[in-house]
Amino acid sequence: MTSNSLVYLIALPLIGSAVLLLAGRRADRWGHVLATLASGSSFVVGLYQFSQMLARSGEERAVTQKLFSWISVGSFKVDAALMLDQLSICFVLLITGVGTLIHIYSIAYMSHDLDRRRFFAYLNLFIAAMLLLVLGDSYLNLYVGWEGVGLASYLLIGFWNQKPTYATAAKKAFIANRVGDLGLSLAIMISFATLGTVSFSGVKEQAEHASTGALTAIGIMLLVAATGKSAQFPLQAWLGDAMAGPTPVSALIHAATMVTAGVYLIVRSNFIFDAAPTAQLMVAIVGAITLLFGAIIGMAKDDIKKALAASTMSQIGYMILGAGLGPAGYAFAIMHLLTHGFFKAGMFLGAGSVMHGMDDEVNMRRFGGLRKFMPITFATFGIGYLAIIGVPPFAGFYSKDKIIEVAFNAGGVKGWIFGCTALLGAAITAFYMTRLVIMTFAGNKRWDAKAHPHESPALMWIPMVLLAVGSVASGFIFSQGNSLRNWLAPVVEHEHEVEVELLSPAVVSILALLLVALGVGIAVMKYLRTEVLREAPENVSIFTKIARRDLMQDAFNEAVFMRPGQKVTAALVDIDKFVIDGAVRGVARLTQGSGSALRTTQTGYVRSYAMWILLGAIGLVATIWIVTL
Amino acid sequence: MYLALELTKTSGPEAVLFWILAPLTVLAALSMLLVKKAVHSAILLAAVMISLAIFYIAQDAPFLGIVQIVVYTGAVMMLFLFILMLVGVDSSDSLTETIPGLRPIAITAALGFGGLLVSLLGRATLDHDFAGLTAANIDGNVPALAQLLFSRYVWAFEVVSALLITAALGAMVLAHNHRVVARPTQRDRAVRRFRTGSLATAAGLPGPGVYALHNAVDVPALLPDGSIAQASISATLEARGDVIDSAPFQLEKLEEEPK
Amino acid sequence: MNPANYLYVSVLLFVIGAIGVVVRRNAIVVFMCIELMLNASNLAFVTFARINGNLDGQVIAFFTMVVAACEVVIGLAIIVTIYRTRRSASVDDANLLKR
Repeated sequence: MTSNSLVYLIALPLIGSAVLLLAGRRADRWGHVLATLASGSSFVVGLYQFSQMLARSGEERAVTQKLFSWISVGSFKVDAALMLDQLSICFVLLITGVGTLIHIYSIAYMSHDLDRRRFFAYLNLFIAAMLLLVLGDSYLNLYVGWEGVGLASYLLIGFWNQKPTYATAAKKAFIANRVGDLGLSLAIMISFATLGTVSFSGVKEQAEHASTGALTAIGIMLLVAATGKSAQFPLQAWLGDAMAGPTPVSALIHAATMVTAGVYLIVRSNFIFDAAPTAQLMVAIVGAITLLFGAIIGMAKDDIKKALAASTMSQIGYMILGAGLGPAGYAFAIMHLLTHGFFKAGMFLGAGSVMHGMDDEVNMRRFGGLRKFMPITFATFGIGYLAIIGVPPFAGFYSKDKIIEVAFNAGGVKGWIFGCTALLGAAITAFYMTRLVIMTFAGNKRWDAKAHPHESPALMWIPMVLLAVGSVASGFIFSQGNSLRNWLAPVVEHEHEVEVELLSPAVVSILALLLVALGVGIAVMKYLRTEVLREAPENVSIFTKIARRDLMQDAFNEAVFMRPGQKVTAALVDIDKFVIDGAVRGVARLTQGSGSALRTTQTGYVRSYAMWILLGAIGLVATIWIVTL
Repeated sequence: MYLALELTKTSGPEAVLFWILAPLTVLAALSMLLVKKAVHSAILLAAVMISLAIFYIAQDAPFLGIVQIVVYTGAVMMLFLFILMLVGVDSSDSLTETIPGLRPIAITAALGFGGLLVSLLGRATLDHDFAGLTAANIDGNVPALAQLLFSRYVWAFEVVSALLITAALGAMVLAHNHRVVARPTQRDRAVRRFRTGSLATAAGLPGPGVYALHNAVDVPALLPDGSIAQASISATLEARGDVIDSAPFQLEKLEEEPK
Repeated sequence: MNPANYLYVSVLLFVIGAIGVVVRRNAIVVFMCIELMLNASNLAFVTFARINGNLDGQVIAFFTMVVAACEVVIGLAIIVTIYRTRRSASVDDANLLKR
């Protein structure tokens, strides 16, 4: 099936971005409206495509659109083409839907910012790039979108680049992403070298009779790409600092959409990972490590946005774990991705609303008791909270529970380890999210005297309410009759392996709920029953200190990569200066020296030239003399 | 040792001629190199060339010998002397070297060159019987040369003739002098003579030997009062001291005009 | 008498001429030294003709003379031209090649 309207999905926000960037200050008054309309109309196109898709039967739902022939070099042919299938449409609706809500929210949130037009231009640019990422029909097209969202992320994290720390955070995110991007480009190169194609359909065909070694290599490189973009271990360090960007950016890019691109990449490449068990296992391991890593950091953070960022990292760890568990997990990884898109975006918007009312204060030790002053924010945030910790019937319960279940079903030692890790993660999640909610909305007031907490305007709370509705309903809709799983089946098709049931679903659910209740209970004991201090206590255990420092991730990067890198660079500079420049200058000096030495022979006197002729004649006669000996 | 034997193994009238003339030739050439005045160099070169002409004739090359005398000594050397006259006979070189190091290098190099050549010649000729030209010159040297020139070397001969014509044209072009201003007419010269300088010389300088019995250029004219007219002799002659006293040639008394 | 002796004389004259070309500064004397070198080679040619028993060497010597005559005509004309403009016949004064 082909469609001519796919391009509008990308073109509308791209044009919006171009207009806003090129029109300059002239667009200051209406730019945000145009950007929101562009995003909204893209959402409408997405809905139209969705309705068209629903009208078709399962195997024929995917549509493609060839835009132009991009590269044609020998046997290497790549078209700039778009493909919309059951997997892509989930993302399209999430990106444009949540994106539009966040556009609306940002109109109010950024209303005092002089550069609001530029902000909206970047947001539209992000929407266009992210759509290209999920709509590309080949790894190369995906790569363009991949780089595009990286650029948009960089621009938006550093949006307030007048603060050097924010600009540094942007650079940090960009560089960490570059490492991942290198993995993606390597994966594309290996794919072309071994499989001869880079399109999804082509790779899928070739993967059946390709060597496991090549597929494992591609898979590992794709995993590197995913860790970079999705802030997974070991490239996770940038996400916390990325909270330097405006809060709507954190909600859209660093919670709901861009950071989930890694999950999309892995699920999209299911045909590679299914044929490369080693790479798949590594995916699951990375996910498991990250979900604990993020959860532990989340427990120690006092900055509300950084705590949420750690939570995001942890939740994406769940998704990656799910994606790493093979055909059984893909659908649940995507389901968790979508539900997480709702509740995490909602909570970030809630955090933004709190900051809006508290003069951009982010330290939770300066909040407390805000539920009376911000009832709508509290309500929507609370729904998001219940969703993330997995209380039925909220969305998180359906998606996270399924991932835990699938983890146990992996079987054997692997199943026990992944399952217990996921359960432990759920307990910790319950603890730190409860801590976050209590410190922000409950307990005693700890804010500064000059703070006047107030509810945000309607433009801000309406998106929050809509997202809260999604947080309540989405899980139920997606899991009702395995609707999402069946929907995605043609894309992530799986010959259903016999699942080993270590624990029955009901047992897993009950265990998870018990552990969540335990986590909530501890948090309530620790933060509601006892006074929360305005300053973070210093006499804490070494573990807390390490967790506060993000589990030493920056120290590790600095010691292992930065310092040796600086030394290597310094050494290279020296080599450049003395060896290479030395050689160049030496040659120059040699030429100059021999030139000035030879120059003295050019006296301008005819007689000296005559003498050279004489010497030449001697040379000639001497040669004759020697050869006739 | 062997070389020395070979060198002295000469006899007969040609040997006598050679052993007299060859040292003279080399001596003349060396002197040409060492004398200061270019004129002397030219004369010594002419001597070398005449010696060479005699060598040619002694070596069964009478035509070349005559041509050497006629063309070289006669024409070319005269041309040299002409140019020397033009440029100035007096100009004598200073023989001190101005380019440091050039002279020792040049002499060493030239002597090394000569040594190499001698060594080569020794190797090439020692065991070589020479044929002599008696057979080749059986019909006379000039007809035999003509035979060669107009048969085997006719092409080279024609080329050389073209070269000669080109050289003649080239010399004319080089000698041609573009006038920058118009050639002064006789009228211009007359006007200039009267406008500049004194009127005393306007009519021309006095000739030598006036009122004297002798009118050679080195005899100054005498004025009516018996003193010498300085303007009547060339300053060059006076500077050289080649002026003869004109007093002995003074007329005792004016003879009566014949009626 | 061994004609090789003439060759040694020829070499001597040639060497003297070569030294003269480099050492002397008066352009006319330099020119005369060149003539001396040409004559030395002519002597060698004539001697070679005698040694080899044919007249080719003499013909070459003849051509050398003609070419030398041409050269003298042009060379002297050049010297005169230079003298006219620079009032000097020293080869060291014509050192514009350096600038």
